[in-house]
Amino acid sequence: MWDLYFLISLIVTGYIFGQIHERRHYASLKKRELEMMKMVMTSSKRPLGELGPIMEAKLVQGGVVISVDYFKRIVTSLRNFFGGNIRGYETLVDRARREAILRLKESCPDATQIINLRLETSSIYKGRGNQIGSVEVLAYATALYT
Amino acid sequence: MFLTNIEEVPGKRIIACYGVVSGSTVRAKHVGRDIMAGLKNIFGGELEAYTELLSEAREQAMLRMQQQAESLGANAIVNVRFSTSSVTAGASEIYIYGTAVTVE
Repeated sequence: MWDLYFLISLIVTGYIFGQIHERRHYASLKKRELEMMKMVMTSSKRPLGELGPIMEAKLVQGGVVISVDYFKRIVTSLRNFFGGNIRGYETLVDRARREAILRLKESCPDATQIINLRLETSSIYKGRGNQIGSVEVLAYATALYT
Repeated sequence: MFLTNIEEVPGKRIIACYGVVSGSTVRAKHVGRDIMAGLKNIFGGELEAYTELLSEAREQAMLRMQQQAESLGANAIVNVRFSTSSVTAGASEIYIYGTAVTVE
């Protein structure tokens, strides 16, 4: 019986804190994305428009590891049974990718343009069942300075 | 050392090419970080310790790649790619590769 209470309290705390975290994170993402709007970024190999002589080019990167909360993990295991979209994980990878791109931009605030953006998703916990549900995203690109 | 992930170093001409150079590192996290991550897994949110771990691993792999390029006499690496895999449970492998070249 106590095991059940423990499990329920885990799910409830997971739900409450998970929701707070997510909402807060989305708010900060939106705010910072607006601030960084001015920086031109592309995933193509050539810069957009005419840049003129380029003084410097360097490799820049940004990475983040985000974990899912306990409530979402339980919901996901149910979802695995019925099939369908797993919204909890969709928002998780979405947040991780946007955060990684923002960190990349923040690492080179003076760049004129950022080209050839590549995103890599990796996993520390790949071989370990679903003990820890987390996603790791790395964004890398070339920053051009004129 | 110039590093880019496009085929060239913008504004510079490539005069020699030395082939592929690479650097890799396999890092395991320690128990303390693991326990914290386990706790975070209940509440959700960013696992700062792991973010740090991965960025350290990337730095080291990048350094190894640069050392290899330097020993060949190159002064730039173009077309850098990152790749990650998990060799064993709880450890992450970062592999970085690129083409070593000399630019003027």
